[in-house]
Amino acid sequence: MNEKPGDHETSFEERLAMARDKQGLEAARPDPGKSPDALDGSALAIGMRVGVEMVCALVVAVAIGWGLDRLLGTRAIFTAVFVLLGGAAGVLNVWRMFAPKRAPAPRNAAAAPDVPIRGVPTEDVRTKDRGP
Amino acid sequence: VAAGSGSIDALSQFKLEPALGPLGTQLHFAQSNLMMVVAGLLTLALLWLGARPRAMVPGRLQSAAEMAYETVMSMCVDTIGPEGKGFFPFVFTLFFFILFGNLLGVWTYDFTFTSHIAVTLALSLLVFVLVTGVALRLHGWHFFSYFLPAGLPIALAPLLIVIEVLSYLSRIISLSVRLFANMMAGHVMLEVFAAFVIMLGGAGLLGIVPAALSFSVNVALIGFELLVAVLQAYVFAILTCIYLHDAVHLH
Repeated sequence: MNEKPGDHETSFEERLAMARDKQGLEAARPDPGKSPDALDGSALAIGMRVGVEMVCALVVAVAIGWGLDRLLGTRAIFTAVFVLLGGAAGVLNVWRMFAPKRAPAPRNAAAAPDVPIRGVPTEDVRTKDRGP
Repeated sequence: VAAGSGSIDALSQFKLEPALGPLGTQLHFAQSNLMMVVAGLLTLALLWLGARPRAMVPGRLQSAAEMAYETVMSMCVDTIGPEGKGFFPFVFTLFFFILFGNLLGVWTYDFTFTSHIAVTLALSLLVFVLVTGVALRLHGWHFFSYFLPAGLPIALAPLLIVIEVLSYLSRIISLSVRLFANMMAGHVMLEVFAAFVIMLGGAGLLGIVPAALSFSVNVALIGFELLVAVLQAYVFAILTCIYLHDAVHLH
């Protein structure tokens, strides 16, 4: 259904835009200038995300540490070490979430210049080479 | 709701019961599994019935099917890049399985299979294995440089590599817990306020007003649940795309 019959297209697009204007539909478009965090704007949601990220890293770390301890018979050494590492990993997760944006990759700039994906936690897209 | 006993039993709604009578009992086929099948069938029905008219000017269902296709397709291509087209079937399936699972759960009598961490953990493990497999396939051993931040003093490498690996592994948990916690919390809230309606409504004249208030809270919660259902399915899918982007581009 997406055939584009060259010369008809412009006039159809114009007429469509006019019709949409008349119906007031154009205003319904999402404003690209809006904050990309529009969907997860509430403080509670942000708090939940931070909490989940931190606790998850800790859970993984404690599980690994506890497993290593059980495996090697070294009671609580690995658990203790991995609790600290897990906390650090949790902070790293949170840092990725809120770190200032790097300059966008050229591919993204070419493909989608002004369309932020709204409400998307974009933290993980960023690369990891920004030192804290 | 155990209103008669005077306590709120908000968690029994997540109990697995055999579906389909004696056959389900024999096969250990729970209502959760039944809803998974229903969710899959609904996705297929949306696409099949939506695509069947093949109209130049689409009707409502065809529009919905086309919008579903285009939304997921643009999500894949925008997030992952041109390579995203290859992952479209996976992301589409994942998104609609979760979306229908979440939405079916809002419907009365239905069971929300995404409110079980076993289900969401299986889904996120699937994503994790796929993402890691894709990264290993595309980059080979170079994949492990992902855990080594560039420009790092070599003395810090052992410490930071462990932290990066932990952070990478924690995706499994955070992806599954996010979906599971959202769905479960919403349904517990619904159950609690529904219990309030019954308990307060039975408490005589004085209880009518708070019962009505709880009821209106529940009405608002249903709307909120619809939002959460769609949003969490979207978040799961977009995070899958972001992880795939990381796997394809590595840095």
